[in-house]
Amino acid sequence: MAHRWGMAVDLDRCTGCEACVIACRAENNIPTVGEEQAQKGRAIHWMRVERYYEGEFPDVRVKFQPVLCQQCDNAPCEPVCPTYASYHTNEGLNGQVYNRCIGTRYCANACPYTVRFFNFFNPAWDKPLHLQLNPDVSVRQVGIMEKCTFCVQRIKSAEIRAKEEKRELKDGEPAPACVQTCPPRALVFGDLNDPESEVSRLARSHRGVKLLGELGTQPKVTYLQRNEWNDNNT
Amino acid sequence: MTTTPDQINHDLINHDLLRPVARASARFFLVVAMLGLVVLAGLSAWGYQLYSGIGVAGIRRPVFWGFYITNFVFWIGISHAGTLISAILRLANAGWRRPVTRCAEVITVFALCIGAMFPVIHLGRPWVAFWLVPYPNERGLWPNYRSPLVWDFFAINTYLIGSATFLILPIIPDFALCRDKFSGWRKTFYGVLALGWRGTQRQWHRLETAMHIMAIVIIPVAVSVHTIVSWDFAMTPVPIWHSTIFAPYFVAGAIFSGIAALIVAMVFLRHFLHLEEYLPTVCFENLGKLLLLMSLLWVYFVFAERLTIWYGNQPAEVAVLWLTQNGPYRYLFWTMVACNFLIPFPLLAIKKLRTITGIFVASITVVVGMWLERYLIIVPSLSRKFLPYAWGTYRPTWVEITITAATFAAMALLYVVFAKLVPIISIWELKVGMREESESSSSVGAVSRVRPTRSGRGEHETLAGVGFKNSQGVKL
Repeated sequence: MAHRWGMAVDLDRCTGCEACVIACRAENNIPTVGEEQAQKGRAIHWMRVERYYEGEFPDVRVKFQPVLCQQCDNAPCEPVCPTYASYHTNEGLNGQVYNRCIGTRYCANACPYTVRFFNFFNPAWDKPLHLQLNPDVSVRQVGIMEKCTFCVQRIKSAEIRAKEEKRELKDGEPAPACVQTCPPRALVFGDLNDPESEVSRLARSHRGVKLLGELGTQPKVTYLQRNEWNDNNT
Repeated sequence: MTTTPDQINHDLINHDLLRPVARASARFFLVVAMLGLVVLAGLSAWGYQLYSGIGVAGIRRPVFWGFYITNFVFWIGISHAGTLISAILRLANAGWRRPVTRCAEVITVFALCIGAMFPVIHLGRPWVAFWLVPYPNERGLWPNYRSPLVWDFFAINTYLIGSATFLILPIIPDFALCRDKFSGWRKTFYGVLALGWRGTQRQWHRLETAMHIMAIVIIPVAVSVHTIVSWDFAMTPVPIWHSTIFAPYFVAGAIFSGIAALIVAMVFLRHFLHLEEYLPTVCFENLGKLLLLMSLLWVYFVFAERLTIWYGNQPAEVAVLWLTQNGPYRYLFWTMVACNFLIPFPLLAIKKLRTITGIFVASITVVVGMWLERYLIIVPSLSRKFLPYAWGTYRPTWVEITITAATFAAMALLYVVFAKLVPIISIWELKVGMREESESSSSVGAVSRVRPTRSGRGEHETLAGVGFKNSQGVKL
């Protein structure tokens, strides 16, 4: 059976350290756009940690919420692309084929999570940072949309390794950079088609909610959070 | 239709309406040069954008669409002036349409050309824009027929071909007239354009059949175009965009702005080409009344849209609603309401104010207001999508502003040049109208005012101080 990759984000564990953001940037050759462009809102970060504040000063609690592409089963970004640059892979990922993208930015408008990022200029890396580019990930040119891929290059290499060794993939074997790096283990990645995988169990948890689930996008990322309504169940 | 029923007036009409075609004044070249400079500035700005990257425009995350898509929707809207209005008036056989139709149809074709450029201008990689065309290619891919942008591509191309045909068909007899009247290079030029028109019974029959078919076919095409443009927005789960009202709302808005643009163009033509007799007050009166109707319809749509959003009270939509009603976009919003309703309504509804000046002022405000409407549909929704953490703003840069200004100049330039090359008022249709009128001896319509005293040819020759050859055997 084909894999169906998904993620669980345990908000009760997240400390907001942003290690996932940095790991993602290093893994996926995400360019820095510079201060001026970042102020305009053109910074690229496939993973972001949203901060929300609860309560009134001085009794304030900060809530962190890592947001990345939700890899929707019913993704609004996919049908609107005129050139099939955003499409659905047979493993359920929202693929983004850079070479097909002509830069209509329609997908980014359609995405309710605003997790798609656009290359407004050609990317540049100051020397010697260009030496640390990941050879497994292509660098995106000007006019192209990009977004979280669930580190598809890691998934593919894990699948190839398992095939070479003539075995099944182990649970948690392919791990995106953010999952691998998360110190409090708030991020869990795995195969949703395997009912015994950790991510499947967490996705069924009473604490689980989907981000903007009411829109019917059917995300494959589940957010876990203890709350009044599920307090007794966990 | 092949002979000359009323020679007396025909020569006067020929004289008046061929005069702008026969001669180009210094003023014409000055206007062309000035407009051309603005267009050049826009082209340079676009070149700069191509060279540097789309980032020199003001778009950013999350407002990925800004001025360019505003212009796209606006110009496609303006294009509804022509074909739709002239087709409806033709089918309704409204007598006063005769001097109006061609002015309107030209707007359609040029506005479409300009509007259709914007989806290309706004692309991140415009050099691969042709990937929208379905052709067997090395990528092994057809375009994604589920994408509203691909629907747009087909709708706009269909409309462009249709409206160009609809424009050119009734010009053919006038090209033939020019061929017969002029000498020198003009004779050759119009001879080619006239496509061998000889005015035989069979040619007339075919022309009229073709025009009738086109008038019927073009109406659903025109409606479908702006419907699909609205679906670019309505098909996405973006607050306020995702609405069933969008298709009729956009079509109504398109006709609204189209009529306004038509009136503006007609006022300029009337003034600068001295067509006071050919574009009589009754044309403006009637178009003004149509504009009034569309203004009311527009207010109705806005009210229906806003009220249901407010009452429905969905957080994401209400956030955008208040952003425009009394948030940072409130100045633009209330300017739009003033431009589209508060100013034009009294000007068009009160008979005393419904003069050509009044109608002209109302039309200018409507054009401005409808541009603002497109902007206010696109930008606020994108800047307040669902997750507050990803909210943002938008501010256009000089590149976008220059290109926007250049499109208005380009429209004016194309129009001015067209009016210089082609009789902007359909000469043969005026004559047909005149004959029908004299037969039924009713006094409706424009042409009755054209009719000079029955002294005939002698009088017109005193008027004729112009350089076209006044042949005796006037065809038509």
